[in-house]
Amino acid sequence: MWGKLSWNAIPLHEPLPLVSAAVVLVVMLALMVWVVARGHLPYLWHEWITSVDHKRIGVMYIVLAMVMLLRGFSDALLMRAQQAVAMNAPGFLPPEHFNQIFSAHGTLMILFVAMPFVIGLMNFVVPLQLGARDVAFPTLNSVGFWLTASGALLINISLVVGEFARTGWLPYPPLSELRYSPGVGVDYYLWALQISGVGTLLAGVNLVTTVLKVRAPGMSYLRMPMFCWTSLAANLLVIAAFPILTATLAMLLLDRYLGFHFFTNDGGGNMMMFMNLIWAWGHPEVYIVILPAFGIYSEIAATFSGKPLFGYRSMVVATMAICIISFMVWLHHFFTMGAGPGVNTAFGIASMVIAVPTGVKLFNWLFTMYGGRVRFDTPMLWTLGFMVTFAIGGMTGVLHAVPPADFVLHNSLFLVAHFHNVLIGGVLFGAFAGYAYWFPKAFGFRLHEGLGKAAFWFWIIGFYVAFMPLYGLGLMGMTRRMQHYDVPQWQPWLQVAALGALLIAIGIALQVAQLVWSVRHREALRDRTGDPWNGRSLEWSVPSPPPSFNFAVLPEVHELDAYWALKQQAIARGSLPPQTDCVDIHMPRNSPVGFICAFFASVIGFALIWHIWWLALAGLACAYFTFVVFAWRDEHEAPVAAATVARIDEANRSARRDALAHLRPIA
Amino acid sequence: MNTATAPAGASPRGDAHSHAAGLSEHPPRGHAHAQPSHEESKRIVVAYGFWLFLISDIVLFSAFFATYAVLSGNTAGGPAGRDLFDLRMVAIETACLLTSSLFCGLAGIGAQLRSSRLFHAAMALTFVLGAAFLAIELHEFAGMVAQGAGPTRSAFLSAFFALIGCHGLHVFAGLLWLLTMMAQVLAKGWRADIQRRVLCFNLFWHTLDIIWVGLFSLVYLVGVSA
Repeated sequence: MWGKLSWNAIPLHEPLPLVSAAVVLVVMLALMVWVVARGHLPYLWHEWITSVDHKRIGVMYIVLAMVMLLRGFSDALLMRAQQAVAMNAPGFLPPEHFNQIFSAHGTLMILFVAMPFVIGLMNFVVPLQLGARDVAFPTLNSVGFWLTASGALLINISLVVGEFARTGWLPYPPLSELRYSPGVGVDYYLWALQISGVGTLLAGVNLVTTVLKVRAPGMSYLRMPMFCWTSLAANLLVIAAFPILTATLAMLLLDRYLGFHFFTNDGGGNMMMFMNLIWAWGHPEVYIVILPAFGIYSEIAATFSGKPLFGYRSMVVATMAICIISFMVWLHHFFTMGAGPGVNTAFGIASMVIAVPTGVKLFNWLFTMYGGRVRFDTPMLWTLGFMVTFAIGGMTGVLHAVPPADFVLHNSLFLVAHFHNVLIGGVLFGAFAGYAYWFPKAFGFRLHEGLGKAAFWFWIIGFYVAFMPLYGLGLMGMTRRMQHYDVPQWQPWLQVAALGALLIAIGIALQVAQLVWSVRHREALRDRTGDPWNGRSLEWSVPSPPPSFNFAVLPEVHELDAYWALKQQAIARGSLPPQTDCVDIHMPRNSPVGFICAFFASVIGFALIWHIWWLALAGLACAYFTFVVFAWRDEHEAPVAAATVARIDEANRSARRDALAHLRPIA
Repeated sequence: MNTATAPAGASPRGDAHSHAAGLSEHPPRGHAHAQPSHEESKRIVVAYGFWLFLISDIVLFSAFFATYAVLSGNTAGGPAGRDLFDLRMVAIETACLLTSSLFCGLAGIGAQLRSSRLFHAAMALTFVLGAAFLAIELHEFAGMVAQGAGPTRSAFLSAFFALIGCHGLHVFAGLLWLLTMMAQVLAKGWRADIQRRVLCFNLFWHTLDIIWVGLFSLVYLVGVSA
């Protein structure tokens, strides 16, 4: 009846995961009780859970990413603490638990922190920058988000019921095959990623269609803000790469569930197929998360330097070049496979070549700042921190692109330091920069600047203290994922790294404090202009937070930096452009279909992990039924009355008129 | 699920000349002319998005194709393709699927003409032929398993069953979709969103056809001759 599931699945003998899970459960229960008791449930249901508004969905993606960041970071603290003490000692984490922690840390940080963070920002910003009312498929957007949340839920269930994979964040066979990993850990990993992977693919299809097909009148490709370009490139990569992940994980599932021989040692299986396939997804994946971050830096560098982005066209070319070359470098993740000098050379050269467009971008940002009046607000600090940090990470990456060097550095802590260098210094700093930059747009008030700057300094110093020692340790021969070791020379560096992790912990605590303080003092931080940074693109032309329909009247775009040009014209003329008549706007109705489908997807995933076949079938039938009910509905849209639109437009225009008095023309 | 609404009044401009306008930064020409209607622009956006989904589906198949290409020689002492494939049956299978696409296309014309009779007759024939295709495939699978050549026998057979089975699953999902569409047209008539779904279903069914042509040539024909 219940498959492999029994009371033994709850790890009563392991206090650490049990206690942490209990804390999480209690917090979640308390939150739910509070929501219900205070009567917030209807609001939450109507305004957020069933919302198909791209801005709401974007915010929910980011909330998910931030919560998962806390979970993934606590894993990191545990690992740093373990390695700081495990010199000739067992430490406090037994090997099987340590292995689950590093696997969960990587999986969460890439797929449930970096991905939802950048997808959330793209969801929120791209339609606003394009001058559109929503993404191309709003309901599909909601489905995609909730499927991602469903995957995250499954991974967190594994903390309490059963176990997580011990195979690393990519489950390399044959270790991940049933023979060597008979537990449910790998199954949790596989089903969580299959479900969230479908969600990501839907988001990718949606955003590409939005950028290519749903733009304001006059918004030609070369008038799109840079962030739209990098979002386009990232989502093209999603469409091209995520199906490979789905196929690869499906093959591993077939091996584990039905005794197929794709990657097994026997029966003619070929485990290197897995490495090739997973990295044919995995390498584009790192560009999927970094390209939107590049877009964020481009927006911020231009805005806070008060200048147009330097080399816009070269930036477009560089972005699309990265988009293509990112599919030609995957083999550098396993030069040691021994594919031969010809193959390794080709992939080595491709890996070096891809650094060139990235270098172009870095110089463009520098020249954007050159001669500008640079304002050092929090978003700009993250951008500057990124430029320095990412340059270092990029250079250690190019070192790895040389196959002979890679043979020495493969799987060492040097590699771990490199990819944290680019992922933290590139993606995470970008996400934080975007968060600080667009927060006032999303909620209508700013974040506390002082706490934000303090968080930045703890993060960046903590990062260098935590990861520079790992470069040294890698060169000293320390490999990754060691539960204990017996080389005394390593320990001091590992202790320094642990200290760095603590500094980052303070940075995160400051970010939490910043959010709490800012929400509590939101009236003092209120931004009534809708344009707190003197921005350049169209999202700053609408009120903060934007109304559901974004634009009262769809803007006419005549050049790059559309809103900046509009402001300059208004300054020169001394008045806003004449008002246009508002009409009824038809917006898509909210729908619970995403939430309900994701609920059933979670049930299906859980049932498959524990071999409860009837439940999986029932879940499938219910998910199908949900879609049929959705397809049968008659009313798709609800009108927003012209009078309402006009009222919101007038309030916005009056705020702009007030702001106009303070703006000066830029010569 | 592909029918969620596009933004009201947003202008879809992906046609060839607006590309040119965009890249040369002349004032865009598309929007000075008459804008496509709300429904027309939705049709374009929905079909475009569905094409993108189909491309991703083709990438999925290409991963299975590549795996099959790598593993097709790894028979682990078991039977190879030429010992197992019955080209006569596969030819009938192929004929069923290709003919079903003809009727699927006719159903699309029926939808355009809003002729319920043509639509339902053509969809029913599509269903019968699709189901026949699946039945023959399952029969083939059952026969192979019975003679000890199931997917667990060798890596070659794992790759074969996964590749063909993945296509079969798509056909199965397509049949489910087909029945749902017939029921929906019966219940709701020719609404614009239903028209768009029929269009997407057509695209989906033809894509399965194209993939099958690849399967037939690269798996069966090459397998028998190898």
